Amino acid sequence: MCLAIPGKIVEVDPQNALQAVVEVVGVRRKIDLGLLQDDPPVVGDWVLIHVGFAMSKISEADARDQMQTLTMLGETEAAAQEVRGYGLEEEESDSLRQRSKT
Amino acid sequence: MKYVDEFRAPELITKAGEEIRKLADPRRHYRIMEVCGGHSHAIYRFGLKDLLPANVELIHGPGCPVCVLPMGRIDDGLSLAAQPDFIFAAFGDMMRVPGTHGSPLEYKARGMDVRIVYSPADALKLARNNPEKHVMFFAIGFETTAPSTALTLLRAKTEGLRNFSVFCNHVTIIPAIRAILDSPDMRLDGFVGPGHVSTVIGCRPYEWIAKDAGKPVVVAGFEPLDILQSIVMLLRQLRKGESKVENQYRRVVPWEGNRSALQAMAEAFELRPYFEWRGLGFISQSALKIRSSYAEWDAEQRFAVPGVRVTDPKAAQCGEVLKGVLKPAQCKLFGRECTPEQPVGALMVSSEGSCAAYFNYEHRKPVTIANAATN
Amino acid sequence: MSTATVLRKITFRETQIEMAHGAGGKASRRLVEGLFAPLLFGASAGPLGDAAHIQINGTKIAMTTDSFVVKPLRFPGGSIGELAINGTVNDLAVSGARAEAMVVTFVLEAGLPTEVLEAEVRAMGQAAEKAGVIIAGGDTKVVEHGKADGMYITTTGIGRLMAGVEISPQTVRPGDKVLLSGPIGDHGITILLARGELDLEAELFSDTRSVFPLVEAMVREAGSGVRWMRDPTRGGVATSLNELARDCGHGIILFEEKIPVRNSVRGACELLGLDPLHIANEGQFLTIVSSEHAEAALNALRCVPGGEEAAMIGEIREQPEGAVLVTTLYGGSRMVDMLVGDPLPRIC
Repeated sequence: MCLAIPGKIVEVDPQNALQAVVEVVGVRRKIDLGLLQDDPPVVGDWVLIHVGFAMSKISEADARDQMQTLTMLGETEAAAQEVRGYGLEEEESDSLRQRSKT
Repeated sequence: MKYVDEFRAPELITKAGEEIRKLADPRRHYRIMEVCGGHSHAIYRFGLKDLLPANVELIHGPGCPVCVLPMGRIDDGLSLAAQPDFIFAAFGDMMRVPGTHGSPLEYKARGMDVRIVYSPADALKLARNNPEKHVMFFAIGFETTAPSTALTLLRAKTEGLRNFSVFCNHVTIIPAIRAILDSPDMRLDGFVGPGHVSTVIGCRPYEWIAKDAGKPVVVAGFEPLDILQSIVMLLRQLRKGESKVENQYRRVVPWEGNRSALQAMAEAFELRPYFEWRGLGFISQSALKIRSSYAEWDAEQRFAVPGVRVTDPKAAQCGEVLKGVLKPAQCKLFGRECTPEQPVGALMVSSEGSCAAYFNYEHRKPVTIANAATN
Repeated sequence: MSTATVLRKITFRETQIEMAHGAGGKASRRLVEGLFAPLLFGASAGPLGDAAHIQINGTKIAMTTDSFVVKPLRFPGGSIGELAINGTVNDLAVSGARAEAMVVTFVLEAGLPTEVLEAEVRAMGQAAEKAGVIIAGGDTKVVEHGKADGMYITTTGIGRLMAGVEISPQTVRPGDKVLLSGPIGDHGITILLARGELDLEAELFSDTRSVFPLVEAMVREAGSGVRWMRDPTRGGVATSLNELARDCGHGIILFEEKIPVRNSVRGACELLGLDPLHIANEGQFLTIVSSEHAEAALNALRCVPGGEEAAMIGEIREQPEGAVLVTTLYGGSRMVDMLVGDPLPRIC
């Protein structure tokens, strides 16, 4: 139920807007856009593909956000430790961590 | 590979592992269930358990649609397709799953026209290209896959393609989670939620788990960093005594789900009053059947289904492993009578079933200090 | 090999032959070890290698045979004819022998267009010339339309053993290194895509070629340090290494980041839920080399045209006994077993 891969739309069929071609590191696959008709993806969009259907558009912004959070894991902890050194409670340094994430 | 490689960056994985070790309260033993078979598979494939401290235990849940499919349904599907001029089409995952008289591949060896398809749309294409044959698509999967089957049914009807039908075994995830939580011997602290199912159903359907059952849920992606970050988020909630639903997989999962996909499902399917889950027994309102408006394309409404029921041997302890009460190696049949090649019970039949995954990827692994206590 | 055939009890219990028995994995092994070996190979059957070594009047000769069954017959990068020549040359090469001569058997389907047959025979002639092998003869049979998928080819080859090469799983020791000649998965994925059932397209070619020049160069540099070789065809690297692990009793650790895989093979495998380690290769070989000779062996490979991507992908350790483990840079690991039958795409 779970094998789904991100692919970039490189072609939408001019005869049938529901059919597209995605590319994943040079491998091209025909896929179906039928489940994304509320906000149809266009060439250049990245989508998540499962059993030949696009399930969702991939948000570059959210992906970057996530990478940012992951990169800062541990670093914000170092900042929090410094703060703890000033005698603050763990909960407060927790909220410092939350705020520094946004 | 974009949106894949970044989430496999080794330095970040190491960092996330450290964060988990820092967050895990040494006085507690955490039991976290990851519901989806795809998560189980990813955890084993990437060796993520090696990064967890001994007191953070991952339990594999019932989200493996092949595993929970009763053998009788495979027998039914195969006997339906045993008519002349029938093509039995199914995903690769189904091909080696044994029915009472053999698996689809074994039936193929005996002369049945069995085809592997990668998409329900491929099965429809087979029907278009083979007008003198009837193509029966053996559909499996949770809510991730059901919308694609639904859309295919809608198209078959629009096209008036009569030589196509679906034998529907789609199941829904929430009732299975409920069955786990209702079980008296269950002791779980939180859930790693099924990321791809959630692209369809969104995050709302898990709210009762957090509010009523008091267990945090983090909807997670499938790359190593997704899974590890989700565990970090769960541990943070648990340390603060919180219990809410969070969406770790925001780049792909919309909180409200995919309206279009849900609509397609509602058009083609309705809930069965009950359905048998291998290893879990009968669960009400847990599976989909095709509506009478699509009867023409429903193998069950069009043909006579034998309705075979096959019970697993009592010695197979699949139910307990599914609920996280037993570990795979603790089942008496594990590795002896029951192996991936000769599966006796549900969890060995698919490579993402807990027992098969453990057998293939973890069993006999040299014990490291990190995973010593959990294996 | 003992010439006395002892009639032994067969342990192969399956009641019919399935596709899995030809896939090179566990099922194939069961068939060979449980049915063929007891009835054909006599009491002295040791670990089964790619080629047999026979002594005739004091001269050691290597002999091997292989059948080629592939659909479609022609695919990007090659065809059944080339596979038939290169496959047997390679089996001899990895047993430490230079292929000298071959005989060829054709089983042809009635109705096969002559131009198709001619194309394959031409391809075989060219491949044989390139590999320096004489085709000394052959046989042809024709079967009814509907059988033989167009054509089946069997090649049987003999060769002379290279000096200074003494390879056997028994010589493999903890500390030895695992070398791989180049990227894996090209052939199997090319075939899968060429069948056209999956709606996938990629710029991919079969890697079919003779690996003898690579083997020869490596043996010249590191001859006494070469413990074992194999060409990972059906069943892939995972199957070959699992067989070795079983035969030598040690553990094989692979470093995932060191295993060369082309991007497009990776992409196709991710899309289909396949593991490159299980995919067939037709132009690569694996070797175990002592740690003192490993660097020199690797450099020798890299200097041969076509060997630029050779890599040291792992090493032999005591644990896990008889099994193969893949490790990652971040400290995760997983066991890798041989498959039962052919790798199947999955959606879950």
